[in-house]
Amino acid sequence: MALYSEKVMDHFRNPRNIGVIENADGIGEVGNAKCGDIMKIYLKIDNNIITDVKFETFGCGSAIASSSMATEMIKGKSIDDALTLTNKAVAEALDGLPAHKMHCSVLAEEAIKLALKDYYEKNGISYDHSKFPECSCCEH
Amino acid sequence: MHIYADNAATTKMSSTSINAMLPYLDNIYGNPSSLHSAGQKANEALCAARSKIAEIINCSPNEIIFTSGGSEADNQAIISAAKLGAAKGKKHIISTAFEHHAVLHTLKKLESEGYEITLLDVHENGLITPNQVNDAIREDTCLVTVMYANNEIGTIQPIAEIGEICRQKGVLFHTDAVQAAGHLPIDVKNQNIDMLSLSAHKFNGPKGVGLLYAKRGIRISNLIEGGAQERGKRGGTENIPAIMGMAAALEESCTHMEETSAYLTKLRDKLILGLSKIPHSVLNGDKNSRLPNNVNFCFEGIEGESLLLLLDDKGIYASSGSACTSGSLDPSHVLLSIGRPHEIAHGSLRLSLSKENTEEEVDYIIESVSEVVSYLRSISPVWRNLTEGKQKFIIK
Repeated sequence: MALYSEKVMDHFRNPRNIGVIENADGIGEVGNAKCGDIMKIYLKIDNNIITDVKFETFGCGSAIASSSMATEMIKGKSIDDALTLTNKAVAEALDGLPAHKMHCSVLAEEAIKLALKDYYEKNGISYDHSKFPECSCCEH
Repeated sequence: MHIYADNAATTKMSSTSINAMLPYLDNIYGNPSSLHSAGQKANEALCAARSKIAEIINCSPNEIIFTSGGSEADNQAIISAAKLGAAKGKKHIISTAFEHHAVLHTLKKLESEGYEITLLDVHENGLITPNQVNDAIREDTCLVTVMYANNEIGTIQPIAEIGEICRQKGVLFHTDAVQAAGHLPIDVKNQNIDMLSLSAHKFNGPKGVGLLYAKRGIRISNLIEGGAQERGKRGGTENIPAIMGMAAALEESCTHMEETSAYLTKLRDKLILGLSKIPHSVLNGDKNSRLPNNVNFCFEGIEGESLLLLLDDKGIYASSGSACTSGSLDPSHVLLSIGRPHEIAHGSLRLSLSKENTEEEVDYIIESVSEVVSYLRSISPVWRNLTEGKQKFIIK
């Protein structure tokens, strides 16, 4: 289908890092089923380094591909590096997303940030609240 | 393997239809409005096609207006009835919540122009009752428009009974028969239909052509001004090749309707049976009062677009009512109208068969859909919540 780039289709068909991390150090979930997209990201963090990352997604092809690409982009990176990941970078790494699907890359960015926020909160680490989204909501 | 199971979207043209078009793309190219022999030859063909179609749907040839398709016919029927109503001070129109957008958007426009629109609620089985129409008709009702068969869930509405009520009450009745044509009998007289819309590409004819039937005496308003074509009701040189293709396709599908319907019903029921074995799935629309080729399911815990893409990888072409496939934020208005919650409607799949599909293909579809649904559930956080009891199943 020409709707998506080859890269998107590759990550959709063969998603990287799919699954769950038991006893994850940080979990972030965004979206809602009413809107048709939910992403859940699990992080394993060791010494400020994201040593493992997994995801589960309920959603369209670009939602699954965006989660997959975003997890690839933060795996093995430091928390500070992961925090700089933008939705634009995810979309670019996928060779672009259709305009009406850009929100999928936004969800991926936000899910990662929420997972990192969860990690900070679980470990009582203080952080700059302004760097994190409050929640990701669609119009429903 | 390629299995086309999206015949409610459009159909493959039949060779009968293609062959009926060819001479008019080639040698017989005259303009039917021209006086010379070349034009008159085209005009003869046009008259013959009109007569053939009139005979099939049981009307007079001069009650048929050829259009660019179903949407144009729907627009023209509704706008004409609205204008006729307004002239008598009647500006109330009754329709249903799950009509095609060609109807709903036209009604929305009329609403903004001061008309009052009543959209009847659709029962969970995808049907409305003649009584609902009866109860909704008021002194100032000028039109009832109810589709013959729904395009997404295939449910067949009791249009003859609705037409009878409208006739008794002196209200015009229009039906969008786009999905029904070729699958269900159409007899505008016996079914008490005042106006009816058809589209050729839904019954193995060409795209870009359809028709509006309007009972004699109903003053039709033009959407397109121009020449004297179509008794002055639709300007523009007639699309003769397409009209010839449409007439041939309609004749062919109506001639073989009974046997095709029996064959498709068998395939459909096999498919329904197979897909209902997938846990937490539900058939949308009544099991019996539905088009012989329509299957529509919701699967809890997954989203429709990813389902379609993975089926496409397996060579199966289908459609879905999820928001992602509709290009809007909301899932299908049809599924919402029968009471499916948003999160369930996103996980819908429509398979619409044709006589080219085989039992083996149906087996393969059942196997593939089951496989893809299980896979998508295995990566879905919603499904995890459901199976771990953190969230209640909506579909039993």
